[in-house]
Amino acid sequence: MKSIKKFDYYSILEKITPLIAVILALLVGAIVIMLIGENPVFVYKTLFSNAIGNRDGWGNVLFRATPLIFTGLTVAFAFRCGLFNIGGEGQMYIGTFLATWVGFTFTNLPAFVLIPLCILSAAAGGALWAAVPGILKAKTGVHEVIVTIMMNWIAASLTFFLVLKFKASPTEAMVAAGVKQMIPHTNEIAEAARLPRLYNIFKFLNIDFPSYNQVNVSFFIAIGVAVLAYYILWKTNLGYEIRAVGYSPMAAEYGGISVGKNIILAMMISGAFAGLVGTNEVMGFKYRWRQELFTGLGFNGIAVALLGKNHPLGVVLAAILFGILNYGGAIVNIFTAGRIPRELIMVLQAVIVIFVVISDEVVKRLIRQRRKVV
Amino acid sequence: MFGDIFNAQFVASSIRVAIPLALAGLGGVFSERSGVINIGLEGMMLTGAFTAVAVTNFAQNPWVGVLAAILVGIFLGLIHAITCITFKANQIVSGVAINLFASGITIFLCWLLFGETQIMVKSSLPIWGLSIPNIGEGSTFVRSMITIFAHHSPLVYLTIIIFALSHIIIFKTPFGLRLRSVGEYPQAADTMGVNIVKMRYIAVMTSGALAGLAGSFLSLEQAHFFVKEMSGGRGFIALAAMIFGKWTPLGTAGAALLFGFGEALSIRLQGVTAVPVQFINMVPYLLAIFVLVSAIGRATPPAADGIPYEKEIG
Amino acid sequence: MPEIALEMKNITKRFPLVVANDKVSFTVYKGEIHALVGENGAGKSTLMSILYGLYQADSGQIFINGKKVNIANPNVAINLKIGMVHQHFMLVPPLTVAENIILGMEPKKNNIFIDMEKAIKRVEELSENMGFKIDPKAKIENISVGIQQRVEIIKVLYRGAEILVMDEPTAVLTPQEVEELFEILRSLKKQGKTIIFITHKLNEVKDLSDRVTVMRRGKVVGVKNTKDTNQEEIASMMVGRKVIFEIEKKPLNLGKTALKVEKLEALSNKGLPAVKNISFEIKEGEILGFAGVEGNGQTELVEVITGLRPASSGKIFLYDKDITNYSPRSIREDKIAHIPEDRRQRGIISNYTVAENLILGNHYRSPFSKGFVLNFTAINNHANNLIKDFDIRPSDKDNLLKSLSGGNQQKVIVARELYGEPKLLIAAQPTRGLDVGSIEFVHQQILNERDKGKAILLISADLEEILSLSDRIAVIYEGEIVDVLDPKKTDEKEIGLLMTGSTTNKKLSKVK
Repeated sequence: MKSIKKFDYYSILEKITPLIAVILALLVGAIVIMLIGENPVFVYKTLFSNAIGNRDGWGNVLFRATPLIFTGLTVAFAFRCGLFNIGGEGQMYIGTFLATWVGFTFTNLPAFVLIPLCILSAAAGGALWAAVPGILKAKTGVHEVIVTIMMNWIAASLTFFLVLKFKASPTEAMVAAGVKQMIPHTNEIAEAARLPRLYNIFKFLNIDFPSYNQVNVSFFIAIGVAVLAYYILWKTNLGYEIRAVGYSPMAAEYGGISVGKNIILAMMISGAFAGLVGTNEVMGFKYRWRQELFTGLGFNGIAVALLGKNHPLGVVLAAILFGILNYGGAIVNIFTAGRIPRELIMVLQAVIVIFVVISDEVVKRLIRQRRKVV
Repeated sequence: MFGDIFNAQFVASSIRVAIPLALAGLGGVFSERSGVINIGLEGMMLTGAFTAVAVTNFAQNPWVGVLAAILVGIFLGLIHAITCITFKANQIVSGVAINLFASGITIFLCWLLFGETQIMVKSSLPIWGLSIPNIGEGSTFVRSMITIFAHHSPLVYLTIIIFALSHIIIFKTPFGLRLRSVGEYPQAADTMGVNIVKMRYIAVMTSGALAGLAGSFLSLEQAHFFVKEMSGGRGFIALAAMIFGKWTPLGTAGAALLFGFGEALSIRLQGVTAVPVQFINMVPYLLAIFVLVSAIGRATPPAADGIPYEKEIG
Repeated sequence: MPEIALEMKNITKRFPLVVANDKVSFTVYKGEIHALVGENGAGKSTLMSILYGLYQADSGQIFINGKKVNIANPNVAINLKIGMVHQHFMLVPPLTVAENIILGMEPKKNNIFIDMEKAIKRVEELSENMGFKIDPKAKIENISVGIQQRVEIIKVLYRGAEILVMDEPTAVLTPQEVEELFEILRSLKKQGKTIIFITHKLNEVKDLSDRVTVMRRGKVVGVKNTKDTNQEEIASMMVGRKVIFEIEKKPLNLGKTALKVEKLEALSNKGLPAVKNISFEIKEGEILGFAGVEGNGQTELVEVITGLRPASSGKIFLYDKDITNYSPRSIREDKIAHIPEDRRQRGIISNYTVAENLILGNHYRSPFSKGFVLNFTAINNHANNLIKDFDIRPSDKDNLLKSLSGGNQQKVIVARELYGEPKLLIAAQPTRGLDVGSIEFVHQQILNERDKGKAILLISADLEEILSLSDRIAVIYEGEIVDVLDPKKTDEKEIGLLMTGSTTNKKLSKVK
């Protein structure tokens, strides 16, 4: 017999706290825009109409959301095991570099082998990099926060070293003009390692879509990974164990669950998600590793995970929202001739995070108070 | 080669490199002794670094820049305190948010105010102490001693004073006793009439002030410019120093010197050895991980570290 | 008419899930020892927390020496000369005795520094005044529980308390330490102090108090002069019905040896020897009770047997199988069930539902998992069955465990652990913090298992529980078994002496 539950405003309020936080953050943004001397209505109108007002905008939004889904899942998955993996940045570097290396090294392989191989390498690279803090945490108890951050810096140096080692040979045109590589980069990956742009699919379906739009199949990989994360966490006994360790390591240990094993596994799965960013940035977009290919995606994943309440569905939605803000922000930057720096969006993301945690607590208190009255 | 690297200059530069780590680490000591984890030190330091340069250039006075950096650090500390103490939010999340905010706001303002991502410092603090005799005018020993101990930015001496004071405050005064008890067992302190919330606010804001000061040293005195993300993980290395120093001011200072030594060494080694510069750049970060692993089992954090204080049940 | 020291009138305090105090009125005379009794959850501690300013009453008034007061925080209480010794000691472990005592009211030197010398002198004075010695420079983490309690009392006196509230002070003490504590309290009474003594042990009420106030479910149900009443009357007031004190036990029916422990040694978390050369056996159908002051190796012993802590040497056999240093999972698979002493930390995952908690330990096996995938049909059926069999309330399997009462949480643990016919049941502090109804339930379950021919290892700090349930009693002191006794031929006094190492008569040979 299931008891009939009354319609509960507060449980709904609890679920939509992220929305409240976003609205509050946009208000803060409006104030900042006014302080700069611009018109917030115009700015937000420009931002949203360009981002979601047409197919090209949507494509760009999803293209920008894709890596954030990966890095958001990175943080969210580890968090379910009680771990703060803020090393998504480094795991992303290593996974992506490995995939790139496979892509420009095994150029003879056919696409149906090379694409899965590159995807797996991306995941494996991320997983391996995340295994280090995982193992250190499991075996010695060193807090993962500091270690993952240190690993980010080490990954940055390592990939810098590797990109110099695998530097692309200068093109004939560059040699002729006597130009040197400004930003170090590798050779391009094989054609057979590249993920199709969605434009190709839309063309096949006879849907009008700009051919220059960068959104690619990696977006579907991201959605697939979100579903996978959900399935692992809530439908398998591995997920049961990971969440048990996250809630109460001592009870988990008592229940015959190996805390160390699950910490390492959770870190590796989480790191694999970060590595998969390479599917979007390299396999679907740049086709080569460039130093400074991406910055801050790993950290933005933290904001995405928090806004998405560490739930895969929430992560996807939050990533899309950030995709809108990022792309719209870039457009606004152009429209205002740089008077509104796109870093405003970074500031807004941080403000959103702070508001999310605060509004969570406020709602909790409201619920507590209401219980007291009843 | 050995003599070239390990000379008085090297020791002096180790000290200078250690200063931001030590100050931020001390900030960590105050905050965590009160029971609040502060991984926002990184962001507070970065914001301090930016503020110091920006205000110095506007005011044409580096002292005003340093003061502004401290105030900005206190402000960010206040935000961390409000989210963690008043709203009892997850302390690591709040710290991460502060770091994100710092990354964004510094570049945002840099663009807005200066139109570029890197700004040079227009005026520096003086060097205090004795002037270093020219070679031949004093013995090598005297020259070395002056180089190491008596020829520094005023902030170096200030840091030493701050450390001495912090040691006394934490271990010899009623404030320190209360601070330590609040971080270990807040319920006990509460029953003895100690105001937990007030103590934690003071501690977290102090940590912000110290991180801001650390940032000002980094940009004004060490780099002489501001560039995005210039804190480079130092806030986290500072936390490693704090842990290695067993949450004490003097221990943290010692650990920071060790890190300073490592960083100074990696700077010196560049170009001298065949090891690629990228691997040398890893040294401080590898050292931090190594130090953390070796500190395990030796260093116990304050028992209530990271746990919001709940008075009422339910 | 004696002078009234404290009067609390119509105090009401609500918590989210319960009304902890419902129009409670409570009067204490100057210079008396007043016992405040009631079951767990009756509202005694809440009432005293309001008196001490830790909680604010929703309504009601407090009068001290006839004057109405508003106690907003502990500082106000301290200024009103109210002192409280909490059930869980409010001492900071890494600080010294003196530092703990002066915390919040530090003597100063030059207005800046703590005057440690003065503090130490004052601590010595106060302890000598009560007739014992204490090292003011010792760290709390290095002194015994009994001494810690004295530190708590000095702490209160240092603040000039006239009214002392003692919240279940004897729960953690040996019978001898209890006697010493009573001496201290009587001497304080002679010095004119007023003492409020919270307990649920009725013999202590009789031994110590002048008057007694009984609470039940947030209300005061009676106030008596101690000499005009008896234990039976107080007990029935406490629980609202007649209580059967004796537990009915069926005659012993021993089978094969189920558990055999040989020369077991293990280290504590700090790396010091905690379990020292322990050997014993438990047969089918037998309850072996371990009596001892907490922290004498019981926790570590249980953890070693259940695989949660490595044995540094020695052997553990379940029937003929050597299970020493097996993983917790394989030990569970060998059918050792474990009701852990730390219910909140070990026994439950409070953010998991009842259904999820009921499969902990079996979650990866058929029928709850098929391969990697959880089988929710089996999990839900299992939950509904156990909820019915063990009367877990509320009966919704989807409730989070943290929303259940302590008694129902313990039922979830017991239900889970007894599922699947364990060969050995280890029950550590199985009734700690439970109400009388739940205690009866748990005791009945343990006895049922015994009568079904299971071997049971019982660990409890409650001597009454040990004496009434056990078929044999092993006394543990500093990690060693100092004696094994027959419950019919011993009493609390003898066990108490052994528990504190007061006898050198180590009869290790008797254990086998």
